[in-house]
Amino acid sequence: MHYLIIGNSIAAAAVIEGIRSQDQEGAITVVGEERQVCYARPLISYLLQGKTDEEKMCYRDQAFFDRNRVSLLSGTRACHLDAKEKTVTLDDGTSLGYDRLVLSTGSSPFIPPMQGLDLVKNRFTFLTLDDAHALSAAIRSDSRILILGAGLIGLKCAEGILDRVRSITVVDLAPRILASILDGQGSVHVQAHLQQKGLTFHLSDRVKEFTANEALLESGTIVGFDMLVVAVGVKPNTELAKEAGLMVNRGIVVDQSMRTSVKDIWAAGDCAEAPELVSGSNRVLPLLCNAYLQGETAGKDMAGKTEPFTQAIAMNAISFFGLHVITAGLYEGEEKLFTEEGSYKRLFIKDNRLIGYILIGKAVERAGIYTALIRNQTALDTIDFDLICRQPALMAFAKSVRQQQLGGSV
Amino acid sequence: MAINYLYPDFEVQRNESRCITCRVCERQCANLVHHYDAETGRMISDESLCVNCHRCVSLCPTRALKIVKTDHVFKENANWKGEVIQDIYRQAETGGVLLASMGTPKPYPVYWDKMLINASQVTNPSIDPLREPMETTTFLGKKSTSIRRDEQGKLITETSPQLKLDIPIMFSAMSYGSISYNAHKSLALAAQRLGTFYNTGEGGLHEDFYRYGANTIVQVASGRFGVHPGYLNAGSAIEIKMGQGAKPGIGGHLPGSKIGQDISKTRMIPLHSDAISPAPHHDIYSIEDLRQLVFALKEATNYTKPIIVKVAAVHNISAIASGIARSGADIIAIDGFRGGTGAAPARIRDNVGIPIELALASVDERLRAEGIRNQVSLVVGGSIRSSADVIKAIALGADAIYIATSALIALGCHLCRTCHSGKCNWGIATQNPELVKRLNPEIGSEHLVNLLTAWNHEIKEMMGGMGINSIEALKGNRLMLRGIALCDAELKILGISHAGA
Amino acid sequence: MKRVYVNEAWCLGCHLCEYYCAYANSGLNDMVKALKDKTIRPRLTIEQEGTISFAVSCRHCTEPLCMKSCIAGAISCKDGLIVIDQSKCVNCYSCIMACPYGALMPSVEQVMQKCELCATNSHGQPVCVQGCPNKAIVYEER
Repeated sequence: MHYLIIGNSIAAAAVIEGIRSQDQEGAITVVGEERQVCYARPLISYLLQGKTDEEKMCYRDQAFFDRNRVSLLSGTRACHLDAKEKTVTLDDGTSLGYDRLVLSTGSSPFIPPMQGLDLVKNRFTFLTLDDAHALSAAIRSDSRILILGAGLIGLKCAEGILDRVRSITVVDLAPRILASILDGQGSVHVQAHLQQKGLTFHLSDRVKEFTANEALLESGTIVGFDMLVVAVGVKPNTELAKEAGLMVNRGIVVDQSMRTSVKDIWAAGDCAEAPELVSGSNRVLPLLCNAYLQGETAGKDMAGKTEPFTQAIAMNAISFFGLHVITAGLYEGEEKLFTEEGSYKRLFIKDNRLIGYILIGKAVERAGIYTALIRNQTALDTIDFDLICRQPALMAFAKSVRQQQLGGSV
Repeated sequence: MAINYLYPDFEVQRNESRCITCRVCERQCANLVHHYDAETGRMISDESLCVNCHRCVSLCPTRALKIVKTDHVFKENANWKGEVIQDIYRQAETGGVLLASMGTPKPYPVYWDKMLINASQVTNPSIDPLREPMETTTFLGKKSTSIRRDEQGKLITETSPQLKLDIPIMFSAMSYGSISYNAHKSLALAAQRLGTFYNTGEGGLHEDFYRYGANTIVQVASGRFGVHPGYLNAGSAIEIKMGQGAKPGIGGHLPGSKIGQDISKTRMIPLHSDAISPAPHHDIYSIEDLRQLVFALKEATNYTKPIIVKVAAVHNISAIASGIARSGADIIAIDGFRGGTGAAPARIRDNVGIPIELALASVDERLRAEGIRNQVSLVVGGSIRSSADVIKAIALGADAIYIATSALIALGCHLCRTCHSGKCNWGIATQNPELVKRLNPEIGSEHLVNLLTAWNHEIKEMMGGMGINSIEALKGNRLMLRGIALCDAELKILGISHAGA
Repeated sequence: MKRVYVNEAWCLGCHLCEYYCAYANSGLNDMVKALKDKTIRPRLTIEQEGTISFAVSCRHCTEPLCMKSCIAGAISCKDGLIVIDQSKCVNCYSCIMACPYGALMPSVEQVMQKCELCATNSHGQPVCVQGCPNKAIVYEER
C-alpha cells in the first residue's frame, strides 16, 4: 500500500500519525513545497518577536519522519494530478504513483488587484517562514510599515515586528478589526489595546492607489510607508484538485471522513471544506486544531479505520501584546453579554444550546469548557446555566455527569 | 457585654515568618477564629473563640501555629483556683447549669498508674509472642458451672449465647446523635475488620449499618430510642443501659437543633424536638423488674443473643452487680466515673461515681465470694487509655474492655471538650454535614484498626513477659499486679500487694 | 496508568492541595521559602459552590485535545503522561481553548502549565494526594 501526502505541515503530520496508528507496513511519501522541515505557520510572528527560534518551532522533526518510515521530498512542488491513473507529477518532472492520496496543500495569500501595486518595491506577504525571513531582513528601526488587512494575520505580523520598527499603520475595508472573529464591541476593546501599544488604524477604508512609497486611501488620507505587507486574506490551494476534476467550492469539498468526491483521494487542513457542526453546512475552517483533527481522521480512514470527525467548529485562540482572545462557533441566536474590568464575554445560544462565544481578556480562563459545550451540543437546561454564564466550571454539570467526567478513565 | 470577666483560656501563636497565608486555618475553623485581612495580607486570629481543638495546628502545612495556655492569671490561690472563679462568673451571668463534655479532667487519683505489672525472670520463663502462639480470643457470656453429659455419655457442648472477640477490647456505647454518621461508620468498619464489636449507644441503629450487625451491640436505654424488633435482632447482643459512668443517676439530653431527618428517623422521635432520656427506665424499679426486661429481650430474640446490663460505677457497686448477675443477664458492663460523654452537667461529671479500678476489683471479688462469677462476664470501661491499662484491668478480673475516648482520639479527637457545642472540628461529635465530611471512614476505620492492632501486640508482649500465653490465664490473676504509693485500704479493695512486699 | 482522581464526597475545600502543588513545582525544597509572600499558581483548579468542592486537574486523556491543538508542538505524550515542553510554548492559549476540563493555565512565568503527576519535578509522586487531609484525592488506576 502506498500512501502519498501533498503538503508538509500540520495536516500532513496528523495524516502520518493517523495512518501509522493502523498500518505499520504501508509506504508513506510526503511532498512538501517548502524546504523547511514540518513547521506550524502561526509561529512565524513569534519567531520575529524572538519568542521562539527555528529549531524550537519545528512541529515534527526529521526523527519523526524516520521513526514513522516516511519518505520526505521537500522543496518540491506537485503540479499535476491524474486521478484516473493515480499519479502525481512533480515540478522536476518526476511522476509518483499512489494507492491513496491526501491533499493537504494549505492556502496562499490573496493579493487583490490594486492600482500602482507593481510600483511598490518592498512588498511582502506574511504566511510562510520564507516570508518571515524576508520581512525580518528588510525592516529597520526607522521603517514605516503599512499593513493591508486588520485580520488575524495582519495583526499578528504587526505584533511580531512592532518593537523593531518606527511605526505601523493598518488599513482594512471592514468597519472593525478582526472582523472574521469579533463582534463590534469586542473589536473596539482590542483595537483600543492595540492603539495604546502604538498601532494606527484606518478602518472602513481601502487603498485607491499606490506610489512607490505612499498609499492614497479612499478616504483621502495619504499614508507614507517604507514596507508594505499584504494580509487581506488567504485562499485555499485548490488548483491541483480542480484540475483533476474533484468537487471544489471555496475549498476542496470533503465529507466527515475527509473523503473527496473522487475515490482514494482525501483532503485535510486549510485547503479542505468540511461539514461544520453548528451550521450543518460545509466550511473552510483554517485553524491548526482543525487541521490536525482532519488530518488524523483522513489518515485513519485511509488505513482502514473510519472515525468521522463530527465535531468540527470554527475556533480561534490568539493574543496581541498580552491581551488574549478566544472565539468559537457561530454568532447567531440569543446573545448574552458579560463585561467587567478586564473581561469581555459574549455567549451565543440557539435552541437550548451554546453555539458560539467571544472571550477577551480574563474571560478566556478555562474556555475549553465552553468549547466542549458547543462540540457536544449539550442541552443547556441540563446544566446550571447561570453558573456556566458566570464562569466555565464543571460544577455546572450534574453530579452524576461530574463523577463520570472526573471519576473514570478518559 | 460591657464588662467581660472571662479572659480567653488560650492564645493562638502564629509564627509570622512561617505563615504562608494559605488560609487553611480560616477555612477549617468551625469557631471562626482565623480570618484573612486583605489590606495587610496577613492572617488575624481572635482567640476568644478558640477551643483548643488543634484543627488549624494540625492542618497548617508549615507548622506556623500553636495554641498555648494563656499566662494571664489570677493571684495564686490553692483553694480558689482560676477555673473555680470563672465557673462562678459564668453561672452569675447565665443562671444555667454548667455543661461539660468528655471525661472529668479533675485530678482524682488514677489507679491504673499506681499498679505495676510483673515479668518473669528466672522461673516460669517469658514467652516470645512473635515465635509462639498467644491467645487473645475471648468469649463473653454465661459460662457453665459443671460438665454435663447426655444419655450416651457424650459431652453436652451447648452453651448459652456467647460473643466471640478476637481481641479483648470493644468499642463502647456512643449514640448516633452525640457522634456523627461517619464516626459510627468508622467504628462499624473497624469492629468488622478486628473481629470485635461496637455499640450503638442510645440513638438506635441507622439502617445503613444493619449490614454490620454481626459486629454490633444494640443498646436499649431509658428513652428506648429506635427500639423495635428489627433493631433487637439486627445486632449480636443487646445492652440494657441502666447508667453511664460520666453521669450516674441522670439520663441523656440531645438538643432539638441536632435532631435532623436522619436522627429523627433512626431514633423514632419527632424532628427538632429535644430528645431527653429519663434517669431511670420507667419500667425498672427493682432487680425483679430488670429480670423481667432481660427475659423480655431474650424472648424477642429467641434466646439467641447475650444480654448485657450496663451500670455506672457507684457506691455499693458490688451488691448491684450481684443482683444483676442473678437477674439472668449474661454480661455486666461497668462504666467508671472517668468515662466520657457528649454532654453532661459539669458538677455531676466531676463529682459523681467511683473509679473503675476499684469498682472492678470489688465486683470481681464479690461475685467470686458468692460463687456466681461464672454466671456473667465482666466488661469494664471508663478511661482505659493504653494496652497497659487493659492488662491491669484483665488482671483485676475483667473479661473484656470497653473503650470510647481512646477510640475517638484515634479518629482525631483532641479532647478540647466542647462536644456539647455541636461544632466538632474533627467531624466526630457533630451533625453539621460540612463538619461530618471531615471524618472519612476509610481513614477513621484504618486508624481504629491500627490502634487496636498495636494494643493487641503490646498486650501479647506484656503477657509474654509474664510467662502467660492466654488471656484466660491473665484474667483475675491479681498476683501479676503490685500497688505503688497505695494505702492499705486501697490495696485491700484492689486485692493486690504493695510493690516490694 | 495511574491518575489523580478527586472524590467530591470527601473534599473539604481546604485548598491545601493547591499549596502543596505550588510548592512541589517551585523547584525549592522549603515550603516557607517557596510560598511565603508569593502569588501561587497551582496546577489544579479548585471549584467551590456552596458546600460542594473539588479539584480539577489534567486527566491525561488518551485522546488529548490539547496536544492536537498546540501550534508549537510543545505538548507530547510520554507513556500516557501528557507533558508540556515549556521552552517551546508561545503562550497562544490554543490548549486552553481545547481542554474540556479547563485543566491548563498560565504559570508564573506565563508559559502554559498543567498537572504532570509530579513526574517531572523532584517529588515523583503527586503531592496533592499526600497533602490532602481527608483522602479526597487518590492516585490509582481505574
